[in-house]
Amino acid sequence: MDKPLISMHDVCLHYGSDVVLHDINFAVQKGEIVTILGPNGSGKSTFLRILIGALKPTAGKLNQQPSLRIGYVPQRLSIDANLPLTVNRFLSLAARGQMHSMAQSMSHSMSHSKAQAMSHWVEQVGIQTLLSAQMSQLSGGQLQRVMLTHALLANPDILILDEATQGLDQQGEAAFYRLIEQVRKDQGCAVVLVSHDLHVVMSASDRVICLNGHVCCEGAPTIVSAAPEYRALFGLGTEGALALYRHDHDHSHDHTHTHEHAHDHSHDNHGS
Amino acid sequence: MLDDFMVRAFLAGAGLALAAGPLGCFVVWRRMAYFGDAVSHAALLGVALSLGFSLSPIVGVLLVAVLVGYCMARFSGALYAVDTLLGVVAHVSLAVGLVAVSKLSGVRFDLNSYLFGDILAITHSGLLIVWAGALVTFALLMWRWVPLLTSTLNPDLAAAKGYDVDREQLVLMMSLAVLVAVAIKLVGALLITAILIIPAATARVFSKTPEQMAVIAVVIGVLSVGSGLLLSLYADTPSGPSIVVAAGALFLMANALAARWVARPKH
Repeated sequence: MDKPLISMHDVCLHYGSDVVLHDINFAVQKGEIVTILGPNGSGKSTFLRILIGALKPTAGKLNQQPSLRIGYVPQRLSIDANLPLTVNRFLSLAARGQMHSMAQSMSHSMSHSKAQAMSHWVEQVGIQTLLSAQMSQLSGGQLQRVMLTHALLANPDILILDEATQGLDQQGEAAFYRLIEQVRKDQGCAVVLVSHDLHVVMSASDRVICLNGHVCCEGAPTIVSAAPEYRALFGLGTEGALALYRHDHDHSHDHTHTHEHAHDHSHDNHGS
Repeated sequence: MLDDFMVRAFLAGAGLALAAGPLGCFVVWRRMAYFGDAVSHAALLGVALSLGFSLSPIVGVLLVAVLVGYCMARFSGALYAVDTLLGVVAHVSLAVGLVAVSKLSGVRFDLNSYLFGDILAITHSGLLIVWAGALVTFALLMWRWVPLLTSTLNPDLAAAKGYDVDREQLVLMMSLAVLVAVAIKLVGALLITAILIIPAATARVFSKTPEQMAVIAVVIGVLSVGSGLLLSLYADTPSGPSIVVAAGALFLMANALAARWVARPKH
């Protein structure tokens, strides 16, 4: 098997005495789609921040392949009211080639190939009409698409998305998943996405991981192939992009939320 | 031409505006106004220490600026909010500096020139130092422009791209330290933050991209210096504060214009 793009070994993260994550072992291979889900406060965002290298774990190791190109789509991008930024300028910050200096990045004599890549992705994601808008004026859904385009422009080896479909309706979510699947097919990049939903995942996910401070369960999504059953669950118009994930916990946490998912065994409250 | 003190003063102010434009933009975008204040006020302590040890004031100012930066990185967030801690650091170090200065015996020291600047007294060699410092600051910011901008937008996004967010923050703090060292004798410790923030805030009105804002901030800065110096020449007012008054007037005018643009329907 190839070396994974990113791997975590026995990673823990504490904030003082607060244990946010412990015993995390995780690896993502080239071209894989992994969905991470978990309740609120489960440490999903912390997990992601460690994955992208923004946060150092308190214990354990993070390995990233050298010169790995990560396309990261954060949950939000709170732009200061004093920072004027057009969508076009934001996207041009992503263009490949590590243009650090202002002089380099301002020479809008972008090479032909970079300009081509820009218009290709802008069209693919569908944000042509937004290019001269100010980032602060975009709606939630528009911002997500712009940030996705920004991530794709870096020609990433891996796309990492933090609750990218939050605030989208089911059709919007399905369309987004179809786009991601297409990107994976065309570019061969891996995808790690944190889902805001505990049960509904992208049907193209290779693996689903349930996270709540540690890995509670892991498995494959349940593809509902029969059309009438699919339609009953997800309605019309999502065209097979969604699937269910059946949790399989052998332990319980001090949950304050209700369990809605099915178990094929009973919980012994041994609370491990 | 350089023998004319007004020309030298204008050139010194223009050099300052060149550096303060882009740096001021970051101070505004990253809400660092309090930090700028802390460094400039503490600079007075740096001056006192330098004079006490018979060193160039710039040395003391740079040392103190680094110290303030370190203290903030190390101690903020734990018990006190960032702006509380900055307030304490800024005003205590200013006060300690003033006390230390009062105890400096046998040293000729013009306190006013450090508090309010003395741009009209800039010498030829002083002018060279100002431009050297301004160009260093300007070059640093231009070199790290994209990483700084990205980490300002979203530090996690910057980290994912492989930028070292802490190192970029350090670049910013060092630029600020150099600018304060250069500006203290021009506009004085009390008004350095004004010269950073006001032109940038004014430029915001006319800008659609961050680069436009940085460039326009430099232009506004130079206009403020020019009109401020003219004001001080004809109205016999202190030059440092006059520059800030001019900057303030430009800020008001720009925002009045903006209000009218918004009110008037586009056809």
